[in-house]
Amino acid sequence: MPILELRNVAKRFGAVEALRGVSLSIEAGEAIGLVGDNGAGKSTLLKVISGVYPPDDGELVLEGKVRRFASPLDARDAGIEIVHQDLALCDNLDAALNVFLGRELTRGIGPFRLIDQAAMRSQAKALIEVLEVEVAVTEPVRAMSGGQRQAIAIARALLGNAKIVLLDEPTAAISIAAVEQVLALIRRLKARGHTVIIISHRMSDIFETCNRIVVMRHGENVATKRVLETDRQEVTNLITGALARA
Amino acid sequence: MASDLQHKPQLAALWARPETLLARLFDHRIAGIATALLALMVFFSFASDAFLSVNNLLNVTRQVSIMAILSVGMTIAIISGGIDLSVGSIIAFVGVIVASAMTDLSLPIWVAVLFGLATGAAIGFGNGALVALAGVPAFIATLGTMTALRGLTYLYTDGYPIYNLPTAFAWLGAGYVAGIPVPTILMLLVGAVAYVVLSRTPFGIHIYAVGENETAARRVGVRVARVKLLAYVACGILAAISAIVLAARLRAGLPTSGFTYELTAIAAVILGGTSISGGQGSVIGTILGALLLGVLANGLTLLNIEPYVLEVVTGGIIIVAVLMDSLKHRKRAS
Ligand SMILES: Nc1ncnc2c1ncn2[C@@H]1O[C@H](COP(=O)(O)OP(=O)(O)OP(=O)(O)O)[C@@H](O)[C@H]1O
Ligand SMILES: [Mg+2]
Repeated sequence: MPILELRNVAKRFGAVEALRGVSLSIEAGEAIGLVGDNGAGKSTLLKVISGVYPPDDGELVLEGKVRRFASPLDARDAGIEIVHQDLALCDNLDAALNVFLGRELTRGIGPFRLIDQAAMRSQAKALIEVLEVEVAVTEPVRAMSGGQRQAIAIARALLGNAKIVLLDEPTAAISIAAVEQVLALIRRLKARGHTVIIISHRMSDIFETCNRIVVMRHGENVATKRVLETDRQEVTNLITGALARA
Repeated sequence: MASDLQHKPQLAALWARPETLLARLFDHRIAGIATALLALMVFFSFASDAFLSVNNLLNVTRQVSIMAILSVGMTIAIISGGIDLSVGSIIAFVGVIVASAMTDLSLPIWVAVLFGLATGAAIGFGNGALVALAGVPAFIATLGTMTALRGLTYLYTDGYPIYNLPTAFAWLGAGYVAGIPVPTILMLLVGAVAYVVLSRTPFGIHIYAVGENETAARRVGVRVARVKLLAYVACGILAAISAIVLAARLRAGLPTSGFTYELTAIAAVILGGTSISGGQGSVIGTILGALLLGVLANGLTLLNIEPYVLEVVTGGIIIVAVLMDSLKHRKRAS
């Protein structure tokens, strides 16, 4: 049984048809690379999966059950975490508080609950260590590098023990050195049994980390290929439309 | 990047193990306002014989307490990314309501006080609903409340003060416990509670998060509207406490009281290092800011300097504080 199945998922924004009936089936533990031109609907697809937008049409089947998420919290409870394209951390808070934001650990009784800073720091540290990125969890994230911010955002996704982790352009905003770090991070996610979907414009990211590639064009899934059975040229042609479908 | 990281822990060690989020983020700002306050006190100690006495200093804290409590509420609203211009009108409205409850309705003092606090909370709820649920900009929403409340206060009183409040009630404004003025104790209590709530509770952390990056907070499941709404409720309750202390001190509910207090409160908040654009700030800084303005007023009065000079000086100080804040932001942005 696939861990996640999309059936004819459609999503419109006014006149824009961002998704026009996307179908897709993903096995547990797979890493899927989602590629396509700007505006192809990649981010929208991940947002539908993670409960940011309900689909206008079609259905989402998680572990055999049809699900409708009313909010990202619903999706998170079901084991789906998303790391957005623009990370969206709170620059004024330290790394540990960013990891736990909205799910703070507390101590105390009844309404008199104070945050348990020590516990959050040690757990955040442990989570980020798994990703093998060095982050001072007590520092505000304002001054942190792209790679460190990415690690914090991913650590937050790992906090809930997510089965499925969605990454929207994890390598877009970071230095070349940090890209290697993030790719290693994705491999580690996979090795730990998470199912991963990655959006990237960098073909090499996908070929280095994924099992399958899904190509989107104008809101449609125009190809789903095994990485081993395709090459960059074919994928490029599918993205641009030089090759209609495959 | 690796070398960068290695420097961080050492740098952190230099901070002498800061225990709290606030200590970490705002130490330097608090140090600035604390130094300024100290310098001003040293100056007045030399300039005036009357300044440096236990009595005068305790009196300053009593005078400051009303503005300080008001400013703590303003701090919460501003950190959450908003502002509350209605607090001055709340002072008048709640003061009159409480006075009327004790005289016209002959209600027991504690009932009148609770009624006043509830009124403050309700007004805060109204502000919060406009801002957080209806999406009205805080500046506009609370400007509306400010004007409407002032009008209601005049309508209710016909513009006349309500006098002859019970002596026992006056204790809240004029009394002492162990030699310390009651308003001073209230200020310290309010400050301590607000400090703990802001820096040590999930709600406090969420106020900082919402003020800094609302989208990010919403995405991770922070109930943004609820957080903002509660920030205004807190601000309303604190304004009501100020109103009650002021009415107790005057032994009257004056429809004119609290006029332009919102501006002085904003000044204290900004002097205390809270960023007017939200996400950063501290209760301790605000109380120090209010103390600085209070010491300035007290010292200049003792030196027999015209009150208009105080307004000019205060205005100047506020402009400098805002300028420093915006310079800091520019540095950060680049
Ligand atoms: N919230 C929204 N409101 C209106 N239109 C939207 C919204 N989100 C996306 N769109 C539109 O939907 C289409 C698909 O957008 P989407 O962000 O999914 O593309 P993408 O494949 O992620 O592109 P990119 O590679 O540039 O990130 C675009 O035409 C976009 O303008
Ligand atoms: Mg996108």
